[in-house]
Amino acid sequence: MIPMISVRDLTVRYGATTAVDGLTMELAPGRIYGLLGRNGSGKTSLLSVLAAYRRADGGSVEIDGVDPFENARIMRDTVFVRDTLDVPEGDRVGKVLDFHARLRPRWDAGLAERLTEAFGLDRRKRVSALSRGQRSGLGVVLGLASRASLTLLDEVYLGMDAAARSTFYRELLDDYLAHPRTIILSTHLIQEVADLFEEVVIIDRGRLVVQEETDTFRARGVAVTGPAEAVETFVSGRTVLGRQSLGGVRQATLYGGLGDEEERRAEQAGLSLAPVGIQDLFVHLTSGEHTPEAVR
Amino acid sequence: MFDERSPIYVQIADGIKNDILSGALEEDGQVMSTNQYAAFYRINPATAAKGFAQLVDEGVLYKKRGIGMFVTPDARAKLRDERRKRFFADVVGPMLEEAARIGVSVDEIRKHLDGATR
Repeated sequence: MIPMISVRDLTVRYGATTAVDGLTMELAPGRIYGLLGRNGSGKTSLLSVLAAYRRADGGSVEIDGVDPFENARIMRDTVFVRDTLDVPEGDRVGKVLDFHARLRPRWDAGLAERLTEAFGLDRRKRVSALSRGQRSGLGVVLGLASRASLTLLDEVYLGMDAAARSTFYRELLDDYLAHPRTIILSTHLIQEVADLFEEVVIIDRGRLVVQEETDTFRARGVAVTGPAEAVETFVSGRTVLGRQSLGGVRQATLYGGLGDEEERRAEQAGLSLAPVGIQDLFVHLTSGEHTPEAVR
Repeated sequence: MFDERSPIYVQIADGIKNDILSGALEEDGQVMSTNQYAAFYRINPATAAKGFAQLVDEGVLYKKRGIGMFVTPDARAKLRDERRKRFFADVVGPMLEEAARIGVSVDEIRKHLDGATR
């Protein structure tokens, strides 16, 4: 059974630092989620609690209706891959794979072998001797071949070149299509992977900023360009994420889609409208100029 | 294949409509499954499913339970009618506006068209 995830008022602290700050969200089962946030936004802390690597300092997390912490049934079916890799550095790649094969009830040895080859991993090499990209590759092998109902992949592409990342995205999608499960993928490289996400979850400073269908989110950004005065008249009363000017021409980035009527009005005012790329939209939303509440 | 200008599911629906209009997809012919579509275009299957659902709503595709999606028998004629209705507003209108902006007269356009079809 693919679990439902329910996070309520979750708080994670490290000493005086609050990494996750009263975050509440629900994730429906069987979807691919993109978890987006800047460095230090709380992505890894959130995933660590979902994976029961640590306990919440406040609030609660429920997976399949129960607290995952020290729950053997949930943990057998949860895999969490992060940049530290969490495998013995002195072990050889082959031993790491064999160990996971025994540990994971749904381990797919065929997939593991194919991916190991695709990422150029030598089974005889020790983990400590792998390059950054190869370490990431090994993480992807463990993450996908485990075929866990809850698969948490935290920036697993570090050090991978474009070809290896492309292999990763392709294998992720193909395996998901054949074996649907909940996958949460945290990333900075939004543009190249956004099409794989059913929903995006954006967090900033430990708080939820946006949780939305990717296509809906994509349509929310509009860049309005024209004479400065006309632009300001048009955008007044709307959520403006950013402005830039060149001579008398101004461009304002708006959050929230425009209706047909509004588009006509902009056109009549001599303004041009253009979509904002999903990566730019993310940057605007998390650039620190706006509080997360502003876009709700 | 997809751009930023509109939601991907809309672009999927438009692409299938164009294939029906061009004859690349035949009436009563089966279209790819959402999973095949997702794998081919490297997109989330839910996005593909949304595009297909829109086409079912519009009567362009129909579902055969347990088999898949098919092109509605009169889809091509219906799509042509719709596009023809929008042709003057969507294609000719903007052209005339641009012509007016840069001082191309309707007469010149007419001459050009006569020349082009001769």
